[in-house]
Amino acid sequence: MNFDKELDARGLNCPLPILRAKKSLSEVTSGQVLKILSTDPGSVKDFAAFAKQTGNELLSTAEAAGEYTFFMKKK
Amino acid sequence: MDTKKLAIIATKGTLDWAYPPFILASTAAALGYEVQIFFTFYGLQLLKKDVSGLKVSPLGNPGMPMKMPFGPKWFKGINWNIPNAIQSLVPGYENVASSLMKMTIKNNGVATIHDLRGLCMEADVKFIACQMTVELFGFEHSDFLDGIEYGGAATFFEFAGETDICLFI
Repeated sequence: MNFDKELDARGLNCPLPILRAKKSLSEVTSGQVLKILSTDPGSVKDFAAFAKQTGNELLSTAEAAGEYTFFMKKK
Repeated sequence: MDTKKLAIIATKGTLDWAYPPFILASTAAALGYEVQIFFTFYGLQLLKKDVSGLKVSPLGNPGMPMKMPFGPKWFKGINWNIPNAIQSLVPGYENVASSLMKMTIKNNGVATIHDLRGLCMEADVKFIACQMTVELFGFEHSDFLDGIEYGGAATFFEFAGETDICLFI
């Protein structure tokens, strides 16, 4: 998937992946896509909840070998 | 839609209990909430300029796992069940426990209190210190972060009365 900015939140724990994602989203424009890498298992539910509450669209969630990849489109 | 609001009363001044108010406040702010934290009694410790000295006490805290943050996996898995009577007799026990906790926090990619508090401030979370307890404990305004507000219960309710979520920690 194409993306405009990448955030490496691997090794960080709650709530840092969400806080960093919020900051990274503020650095892209509406409609642009942020790719987020995380190793926090809690971040799967958290990013879904974050998207639902902020109106940013979670395009996809994937897991491979303990790493999670999210693509989020800015509202 | 109106902005959602969160009010928190932070009453604990130990390293472990410093986390919930700052985690919830920073996350709520990231979700678009307007957030205020009212710091009272021991919670005032969280507003000190330097929070690196916060400690956690395993004494009389049976819910706290006592595990080592280093060594092989089998060693890290041991729960060091040390009786209260011994904990209370060993000088520096709390300091050692606090250092080990800080190591565990770092190893797990959990933010420091100093950093989380900074993230709250960046996100415009408003900090209010309870003036009554500042005086009660003999603190000075200069002990605390610059730019915070001082107020009493009525100040808290002014914002809390309008909130969607209100927590006592």
